[in-house]
Amino acid sequence: MSFLRMFAALLVAALSITTVAAQTEDGANQTDGDALQITVAGGEFQPISVAAPAFFSDGGEAANLAAQIRQVALNDLVGSGLFRSIEETAYIEQVADFDVEPTYADWQAINADALFTGHARIESDGRILVKFRLFDPFSEGQVEGLQFFSDPADWRRIGHKIADAVYSKMTGEGGYFDSRIVYVDERGPKGNRQKRLAIMDQDGENLRFLTNGGDLVLTPRFSPKDQEILYISYERGQPQIYLYNLETQQREVLGNFPEMSFAPRFSPDGRQVLLSLAQGGNTDIWVMELATRKMRRLTQSPAIETAASYSPDGQQIVFESDRGGGQQIYVMSALGGSPQRISFGQGRYGTPVWSPRGDMIAFTKSSGGQFQVGVMRTDGSEERILDASFLSEGPTWAPNGRVISFFRETPGANGRPALWSVDITGRNLKRLNTANAGSDPAWSPLLP
Amino acid sequence: MKSTFKFLFAASAILAVAACSEEPASPEVAASGANSGGSSASAVDQSTQQYFQQTVGDTVFFATNASSVSARARQTLQRQAQWLNQNQGVNAQIAGHADERGTREFNLALGARRAEAIRAFLVSQGVAAGRLSTVSFGKERPAAPCSAETCWSQNRRSVTGLIGAPTS
Repeated sequence: MSFLRMFAALLVAALSITTVAAQTEDGANQTDGDALQITVAGGEFQPISVAAPAFFSDGGEAANLAAQIRQVALNDLVGSGLFRSIEETAYIEQVADFDVEPTYADWQAINADALFTGHARIESDGRILVKFRLFDPFSEGQVEGLQFFSDPADWRRIGHKIADAVYSKMTGEGGYFDSRIVYVDERGPKGNRQKRLAIMDQDGENLRFLTNGGDLVLTPRFSPKDQEILYISYERGQPQIYLYNLETQQREVLGNFPEMSFAPRFSPDGRQVLLSLAQGGNTDIWVMELATRKMRRLTQSPAIETAASYSPDGQQIVFESDRGGGQQIYVMSALGGSPQRISFGQGRYGTPVWSPRGDMIAFTKSSGGQFQVGVMRTDGSEERILDASFLSEGPTWAPNGRVISFFRETPGANGRPALWSVDITGRNLKRLNTANAGSDPAWSPLLP
Repeated sequence: MKSTFKFLFAASAILAVAACSEEPASPEVAASGANSGGSSASAVDQSTQQYFQQTVGDTVFFATNASSVSARARQTLQRQAQWLNQNQGVNAQIAGHADERGTREFNLALGARRAEAIRAFLVSQGVAAGRLSTVSFGKERPAAPCSAETCWSQNRRSVTGLIGAPTS
């Protein structure tokens, strides 16, 4: 591959949060057709072998950042459960120059399904520039080339973006590593928990607290469009829904309702909020237009209707109701109308969340003295339980719709919640690192 | 359980629901009159929160997933209503709670339903509706921390909190 052709394939992605400038354009030698198809049904699974020689740099601080960025990318990929990293001692070719095409046979010989290289330097304006190339040794070509400028303080995001590029090129699915999780940090005894809103990168880094723990807060939800969060706070005594802007750190209450307002979720376009209102002790689902705060009622029954979530096309909602006796999941038009029950298994079903891909609904189920987190098709078929414990609750979708996070709480007077994640195939069930106990995770969309 | 539920919706305004078999036998007694040991009645100031909590009884309990007012709960609530009717300057907030065996949002809704059932009963006993407010804590504030029915039965509760009464 010529020097020129390689740079034709380099893309620019601005990492600063305010400038959204990630252009995409296909390079000359792409091999998208060979992207690995991941089958949801499971079966035999071979992780994708990835090789990543030490990143190049212009030395100094750039060398340090180059090594750390590479490690972040590898940790993301291996942590997804879909990749394995080939030990560097197995490498045959020692790649000598970022601009030189690798000797594919040497990487084929060690069964490298993917090979990526990087180069970092600090620009005169103080920003870091990282170039990245991804090769498919078996089709003998470059499949991706990107370059990232950012404040050096945001270096971890470059690693996540590289991992997302490798992940999406090699699996054919969207990435999810350059994203964050907002959750509820928990401290103190079970009977008097102190709860704070917390936000971290999806790999647990860059933890920040958004509230101080003075008021009970619950169930944060990320906007699919903006850096905004909805959550419940008891600061006015009555639980009410708050809208928090992560960029401006401004916060406002969404309406002043005489009774509880809760269970908020953004619409896919971020302009409306599904929410639940208690009136005379009875809970029904409403929708609020954010710009005008105009409210429209969607359910009207003496049963509990709550935990509503939009389909990604905004046409339907899924929610839970005990109108049939026990808590079950229903789907109806986003305009209201007559709901169709979709959960028919043994037990009670709640917390339905529509996948961002539209194909599945994640839920919490309780039966046989246990709580389970699972997924089902949007008609209720193909139910698959992904985790079961004393209390597993509250799934949230990674932006690519392939991974969910949820929380598990251990039983007993000293029981504590912790965040977990699992692939929708049921593989790669793992606990996420958090500073303290944590519950109610909500995954952000991919960062701009 | 299912039939109890349907009945509940139909009869929620009447609130004349018989005691449910799932109701805990002991905690209500423990939390109400039994604690006071009040033999020296003449020395007790009956206008205090302490008196309301311990002698009148501020807490009533519910069966799993239910918000019906049991016969035992009605006795406590009748004492609450009597006290509130005698102390017109004091308002009350009824906090509804659930045990940990439900999802967070459902339990918030269930707590609201329970608090409302208690509020409606107190109103039926002559307490002015304007003096009573409700709040739900779902499963956020358990009274008993263990993960067994002995604790869950104490956590499925409503607690009537006085606003503006002297503490003791």
